[in-house]
Amino acid sequence: MTRALAFLLPLVLALSALSLSLGPADVSLPESLRALLLGGDGPLPLVMREIRLPRVLLALMIGGTLGLAGAAMQGYLRNPLAEPGLLGVSASAALGAVLAIQTGVSAAFALALPLSALAGAVVAVLILIVLAGPRAETLTLILAGVALSAVAGALTQLVLNLSPNPFAASEIVFWMMGSLADRSMLHVWLALPFMAVGVLLLAGVGRGLDALTLGEDAASSMGIDLARLRLRVVLGTACVVGAGTAVAGAIGFVGLVVPHLLRGVVGGRPGPLLWVSAAGGAAMLLAADIAVRLVAPDRDLKLGVLTALVGAPFFLHLVWRSRGERA
Amino acid sequence: MSLLSLENLSVTLRGRKVFSDISLTIGPREVVGLIGPNGAGKTSLMRAALGLIPSGGRSSLAGLTPQQRAKAVAWMPQAREIAWPVKVEDLVSLGRLPHGDHAQAPVEAAIAKMGLEGLRKRRSTNLSGGEQARALLARALAQETPLLMADEPTAGLDPAHQIATMEVFGTLAAEGHGVLLSLHDIGLAARHCTRLVLLAEGRLLADGAPEAVLTDELLARGFGITAYHAQTPDGPVFQPMHRAR
Repeated sequence: MTRALAFLLPLVLALSALSLSLGPADVSLPESLRALLLGGDGPLPLVMREIRLPRVLLALMIGGTLGLAGAAMQGYLRNPLAEPGLLGVSASAALGAVLAIQTGVSAAFALALPLSALAGAVVAVLILIVLAGPRAETLTLILAGVALSAVAGALTQLVLNLSPNPFAASEIVFWMMGSLADRSMLHVWLALPFMAVGVLLLAGVGRGLDALTLGEDAASSMGIDLARLRLRVVLGTACVVGAGTAVAGAIGFVGLVVPHLLRGVVGGRPGPLLWVSAAGGAAMLLAADIAVRLVAPDRDLKLGVLTALVGAPFFLHLVWRSRGERA
Repeated sequence: MSLLSLENLSVTLRGRKVFSDISLTIGPREVVGLIGPNGAGKTSLMRAALGLIPSGGRSSLAGLTPQQRAKAVAWMPQAREIAWPVKVEDLVSLGRLPHGDHAQAPVEAAIAKMGLEGLRKRRSTNLSGGEQARALLARALAQETPLLMADEPTAGLDPAHQIATMEVFGTLAAEGHGVLLSLHDIGLAARHCTRLVLLAEGRLLADGAPEAVLTDELLARGFGITAYHAQTPDGPVFQPMHRAR
């Protein structure tokens, strides 16, 4: 694990620096870092602190927590196809945002859209806890998540379907593709507390996930409280996914591909995978956010589109490569 | 000193009474074989004893906190589940989890005892069924508990692996541990257990030395079979022959 982190953390740092130096204003990296850290006169410190810094911070936070939550979900469900979106929280957060756009609430004040998305996420979590309470089985949790996703997805489609306003409809469609463009420090401060709580909850699950490698009965006999473990995984994932979706829209594939890709690095152990996957998720989202700006500087290529576009074929490649091992 | 004591234990699953009023004590240096037909409640008895499912009556283990219990008993469920391709040595190290230490000595001892030295760097999901069973048993040994409980530890193993597994339990008992296992193979049970407990008809039919439990009458009542039996210099031999009429 330490070796993987020794490679990934410098990579994350380098990508953060590169991302900070990218933008319409052509400024060298040392110059932009100096403006960021020391301030000074002119527009550059403002550009760095109010435009580029939030973008990098959000990529770090969202990518890192998606990697972490993906590893936690896969470890808890003992299924490499699990991902943070499985709980239906991201779909519900998206529905909240869509309703805000459609009703015009999103134009009322700056944080109206992310706040309605958070409200959608909270409603989803409450339903999840009622449906998949302390006595529920793992399967109940998955089915509840699938049902929530389906309902939220259908309602989102209904809003689009009945939208009398083509501008609102196209805004909804673009928002749902996920992006980190034009976010401010306000978005960072809004997401930060939820993500901090989520990370704290997920930080304590490594031991339980390791034990779950041997199945629920064996884990339970080794002193793991399964009901508590499930609550931590569900609430932790919901917090980070809800907050992430609220400020950046739906960004797929990071939480699925990254844990899968890095599993071999930690010898398959789900506990150590958590932190390696968090670092990997941050690196992947930073790289993707750099790529959207390099590939199409003036077309506003959406981040979620790129992560899926790059992630899915890559995933296919992994499946292709591992097909021999499973036979 | 007893390692496990059950008093009037009863289990009801989904409205069906599985068994009731079972009292049982297991001490050190014993290999106790839990036998009985399918559905008699062997697995439920062990899970209830561990406190993994609700039950009536009392189990000395169910009253412990999960952390205390994990230091008192190691449990091997029948399903040999290994979810991720972890190295064999990492799998065995999971036995140290309840102790919260990374002690290498018990892990190395368990690897040596199960003859896993040559497999320690292999991915456990790539092992054969017999090798996985050995790795999982090594995990339970690394937990270093006074009592070991295993559900059908010999199921699906070839005769050599079955004998080797039962011999490990014998060694454990000789070292002062107590062992409780459910078994379907009466011959194996008679040969390797110091004591048998026959579970049938929703209760404990017999509890005692193998010869005292595997009588013609109890085999007919409990399993509905007749068996050939003989005494050999190596101990008693039982071979199920016919269904009883």
